[in-house]
Amino acid sequence: MSGGARIWALHLALVAMLFAALFVLPTYHATNLARIMVLAVFAMGYNLAFGYTGLLSLGHAMFFAAGMFAMGLPVWHWGLGGGPALLLGLVAGGAMAGAVGLLALRTAGVSFMIVTLMFAQAGYLTILYFGQVTGGDEGFVVDAAARRLFGFDLSSDVPRYLAALALFAAAMAGCLWLVRSPFGRVMVAMRENEERSRMLGYDPFRVKLAALVISGVYAGAAGAAYGLLFGYVGGSFATIQYSILPMLYVLLGGAGTVLGPFLGALLMFYLIDITSGFTSAWLFFVGAALVLLILFAPKGILGTIRERGARWLP
Amino acid sequence: MAALMETEGLVRHFGGLKAVDGVNFRLEPGEIHALIGPNGAGKTTFVSLLSGRLPVQAGRITLSGRDITRLPAHARVRAGIAYTFQITSIYPRLSVFDNVALAVQSRGAADIAAGVAEALARVNLTGFDAQEAGTLSYGHQRLLEVAMGLALNPRVLILDEPTQGLAAGEIEGFKALIRSLVPDTTILLIEHNMDVVMDLADRITVLNFGRVLAVGTPDAVRADPGVQDAYLGGHHAAG
Amino acid sequence: MAAVLALTAVGLNLVFGVMRVVNVAHGEFFMLGAIGAWFVTHYLPVPAAMAWIAALVIAPLAVGAIAALADVTVLKRLKYDPEATIVATIGLLYIFQQAALSFYGPDARPVAPPFHLRLQLPWFGYSGYKLFVVVAAAVILLGVWLLMTRTRAGLVMRATQVDRDTARNFGIDVDRVYAGTFALGAALAAAAAVLIVPIQQAHYLMGHDPLLLSFIVVIIGGLGSLRGTLVAALVIGLSDGVISMFFSPTLAKIIATLAVALVLVFRPQGLFGAKE
Repeated sequence: MSGGARIWALHLALVAMLFAALFVLPTYHATNLARIMVLAVFAMGYNLAFGYTGLLSLGHAMFFAAGMFAMGLPVWHWGLGGGPALLLGLVAGGAMAGAVGLLALRTAGVSFMIVTLMFAQAGYLTILYFGQVTGGDEGFVVDAAARRLFGFDLSSDVPRYLAALALFAAAMAGCLWLVRSPFGRVMVAMRENEERSRMLGYDPFRVKLAALVISGVYAGAAGAAYGLLFGYVGGSFATIQYSILPMLYVLLGGAGTVLGPFLGALLMFYLIDITSGFTSAWLFFVGAALVLLILFAPKGILGTIRERGARWLP
Repeated sequence: MAALMETEGLVRHFGGLKAVDGVNFRLEPGEIHALIGPNGAGKTTFVSLLSGRLPVQAGRITLSGRDITRLPAHARVRAGIAYTFQITSIYPRLSVFDNVALAVQSRGAADIAAGVAEALARVNLTGFDAQEAGTLSYGHQRLLEVAMGLALNPRVLILDEPTQGLAAGEIEGFKALIRSLVPDTTILLIEHNMDVVMDLADRITVLNFGRVLAVGTPDAVRADPGVQDAYLGGHHAAG
Repeated sequence: MAAVLALTAVGLNLVFGVMRVVNVAHGEFFMLGAIGAWFVTHYLPVPAAMAWIAALVIAPLAVGAIAALADVTVLKRLKYDPEATIVATIGLLYIFQQAALSFYGPDARPVAPPFHLRLQLPWFGYSGYKLFVVVAAAVILLGVWLLMTRTRAGLVMRATQVDRDTARNFGIDVDRVYAGTFALGAALAAAAAVLIVPIQQAHYLMGHDPLLLSFIVVIIGGLGSLRGTLVAALVIGLSDGVISMFFSPTLAKIIATLAVALVLVFRPQGLFGAKE
């Protein structure tokens, strides 16, 4: 299918550009971009639940934090290595999403939002409550010795950037493959018309649970990678803020598009970065961006582009 | 011969309203069976019980002798009971291809594209694949809905008022389509248009106030005095 | 403080009941009320008691006006789509918080209570002001109840709650009802804040706890049920203190949030709401 070739070419081109950026950009921006790529993986996961399956969660911070702490705690307490710790984070994100989904997916719409919000809040408070084990609000620094993957030192700039890029590329390829697969079609079907999907023989609960678990795996992987690459694990990553951020990225870039989360993360990150240069009122921009987006461009940038002609965009 | 689908004493009340009140019903393999009755007779409620969209309060439903009373709706679809909605229910923002593909892949077909092409050909929608389903004309949307039902390769296809809102020419095409489906697929049809019912149906069940009033061939039902009183004798006398 | 909690929660539930809007920024209206009280009492050159009474009038009015503005400029344009309005009110939450931080600052500041009075009962002393808060909250709640059940405005609001379209057909200006309801809900939160601020101090992050607690109250009491809200507010406001005596406040909060989530999952109509 030529459409398929064009789509893969577009995404490969993005990865190639990001690879080239490493040699062009000054260190400061390269580090930013590494951060953005990891956050984009988080947002991609959020998008699989929200953008494709229609599950508006306000609790993804707990999946992100689950991945981060499942990676960080064994490293901190038992000196586990970076590779297994990363894997542990990924599994933890998915397991957490599965457990929450089993309960929360009995509700829908507004109730689902509040239930996920409440679970995430309970998760955050739990991290604080066991502050002696988790480091609580202050968090802890991930031991440099553990921040190695396949012999590379992730605390130095180039390997860190490449690791972030590798994770991003893998996540994007996975996302692209998933949404173009028959299961991806069923996810969208749940978003568009749940009752019809049920009467085509799909169990809404199982489809949504599967989507949420995949989404949680993405969030967990991003959380673990974030802790590993930037060397810090903290309770602040479990706050409601980190549930809102991926939603903001996805809304800005375009819900239900593969590249939207990255585009949204990139733009929002630099919007905050630039505005915080001359004002401390960056919270205001987050709030204003949310309100303006939901008012005037609920489909986001890529969603609007897709509507205006580029219908092949996945 | 064993019935394909059978109900015994099926009950569903809404508060004080006895929408379905102890219905015994048999669907023979390969027949076209029409379900008729005045508005509010419980037709849609009854097929909703069959398809699992509503839970049964009392009674039993079997499919080829297997008890499916407690089976959830999606599992019944997998077991071979397809349902097309009275109010057209498609995915308006997805392409026609995706709409039908969702049905084709649900039955586990290996070649989705071929399955879609076949289903669309049967309802004469070939060539509409790439169009957004919501932009189809109303008649075409109804046909798409039927195509989605067909693409499931069901044993029983339940059609809830499929000709509602169709033009006269479209109805002729629809009748031909239904005839081409039997005997591989068994058809259960809710229909208000008496011409369609008398033309198509092998047997008719008449519901009134949630109970079975009469069962039989079109001629027998037409001749039944009880049916004439309750239903045909009224404003449908000319039909 | 069960009384203040009841005021805040009734405001939240009023908005949900009539408009079907889950207002995540509700805690910020509470916060704005408290900060408004500080501004009024700080800048008004009259005795403390007078200034505080002025604040009790001015702050809810101002907050109500802000809320009405937010309703007309944002929520109305979203056609009150439940999910979109949640996203929008999250945005408003950030905007209000930042505004408070920028114009008021990061400090917690006290507001002088209108009077100091210590009731000396035989076995323990009790602050007279706290008793006054309970009475005042009860009076305001009674006012809301009278408004909802005895006046034309209340009738119009209840009619809109039952069926928006029919209400419109009967010539009710639904847009104005919504703006008014949203303003009233916000004003109630602000009034609660003015009552509590002599005890608690005003701070730009103070909206979090009232929001969480109101959510808990509203969900347990049943969404859209004002009576359930009142009962739940009393039970929770009183038991919060009790639970905190046995466990740490954090653990109490964990239990409370989990309880709310589970209530929503298993009894979406609330513990006191009737089924269907």
